[in-house]
Amino acid sequence: MSVVSVRSVRKAFGGHVVLHDVNLDVTEGSVTTLIGPSGSGKTTLLRCLNGLALPDAGIVRVNDVTIDYGAKPSREARKALAAQSGMVFQAHHLFPHRTALENVIEGPVYVQKEPVAQARERGMALLAQVGLAEKADSYPSQLSGGQQQRVGIARALALRPTLMLFDEPTSALDPETVGDVLTVLRDLAEQGWTMVVVTHEIRFAEQVADHVAFLDGGVIVEEGPPAQVLGDPTEPRTRRFLRRVLDPLADGREEQA
Amino acid sequence: MDAGVWELLLNSVGPLVMGAIVGTIPLTVLSFVFGLAIALAVALARMSANRLVASVAAVYISIIRGTPLLVQLFIIFYALPMLGVVIDPYPSAVIAFSLNVGGYAAEAIRGSILAIPVGQWEAARTIGMGYTLTMRRVILPQAMRVAVPPLSNTFISLVKDTSLASSIMVTELLRRAQEIAAPSYQFLALYSLAALIYWLICSVLSLGQQRLERYLGRYVTV
Ligand SMILES: Nc1ncnc2c1ncn2[C@@H]1O[C@H](COP(=O)(O)OP(=O)(O)OP(=O)(O)O)[C@@H](O)[C@H]1O
Ligand SMILES: [Mg+2]
Repeated sequence: MSVVSVRSVRKAFGGHVVLHDVNLDVTEGSVTTLIGPSGSGKTTLLRCLNGLALPDAGIVRVNDVTIDYGAKPSREARKALAAQSGMVFQAHHLFPHRTALENVIEGPVYVQKEPVAQARERGMALLAQVGLAEKADSYPSQLSGGQQQRVGIARALALRPTLMLFDEPTSALDPETVGDVLTVLRDLAEQGWTMVVVTHEIRFAEQVADHVAFLDGGVIVEEGPPAQVLGDPTEPRTRRFLRRVLDPLADGREEQA
Repeated sequence: MDAGVWELLLNSVGPLVMGAIVGTIPLTVLSFVFGLAIALAVALARMSANRLVASVAAVYISIIRGTPLLVQLFIIFYALPMLGVVIDPYPSAVIAFSLNVGGYAAEAIRGSILAIPVGQWEAARTIGMGYTLTMRRVILPQAMRVAVPPLSNTFISLVKDTSLASSIMVTELLRRAQEIAAPSYQFLALYSLAALIYWLICSVLSLGQQRLERYLGRYVTV
């Protein structure tokens, strides 16, 4: 059974339709990347998977939690859906008044009622896993962007979700710290985590993703294995997008020529 | 000034300081604690999705801020007895000041909660927190830092506002000064002494405020 299935999901903000009847499936243990131009609906689609965005219509299923947005979803259903996944934000959204370790154990201790000693032990192991054991007692403001993002990953992992969602985890980072974060993502993929990653890192998608979906204007224009979507795209829109991302100056040069 | 005045002043320091200790200071602290509790409830009500709850809170804030504190005090002490509600001077003052702080501090608390970025709410949601837990563990601890400067102003104003309680016969600093000044006609000396003591209390509080701000801001960029 797939971990995620999205059927005919539609979402509009005001009169502006952002997702047009989108379908998406994510198989267990796979890495799916969502790529596409700014404003194409990647973040919105990702947020529909954990209920941070509420679709206007359609069905979202994650594991055994299904919400049909034909009716107003109950609070319990939304909570159950949200509990399936961990989320890593572009702007990390760490709790600034708590240390790295406190950020990681906040959910386990206060939501899942895990004993503090056990949560701390697991939290330390998670921080070690993302390479930040020695930063456990630092506040987010004392960490670099890449380190903050890795704490955010540990915080999401700490709740033992079955699905990990990443919204452009490296877009706000200095170039030299991007690699640290992508390495953690690759490790998670190798450990068999089911992941959905919104990213502009085409090289990362090529090397780590099992499935790539290209969105444009709220529609999945093309999807498939990276070798096909990124290596040999059939849709002109995909080609144009890839050309622009891989060589940002290309368009300008063509116009000048 | 002749020696008699100096002697009167010297002898008055004790009674005035006692007035502060038994009157002004506990009146301020009690009213501030109750007032903050009221303010938090009113601030949350004001932000409620329930329109009726939100309007009741808005009306409360509007009345408190739109009427003089002295009038509020008189209504509780002199007017309520006409409706059969008789309250002693000291508790009357505590009630009036608490309600007043509740109205003013509510806006400061509401502003500080709204100042916390929406991403904090979203991050809390994704780790499974509901409204109450998010407020308690994520939003209020951060909002507190934002709220300290305006709430400190409220607190320091309250110290001085408690002098209004002298008008309903509560024994506090100003009342003591009046009691000694009236028979001796030494208004200048006694009221100056009272002013000096108020100023000392407020100066100590300002220092405390600075230390509290530093403590609460310890996690902000070092
Ligand atoms: N809360 C909101 N209210 C109104 N409009 C919104 C909201 N969130 C997103 N939108 C609009 O929906 C569209 C899709 O936004 P979305 O954030 O999903 O795009 P994206 O593909 O993630 O873009 P980017 O690469 O810039 O992050 C955009 O036009 C955006 O302006
Ligand atoms: Mg986005």
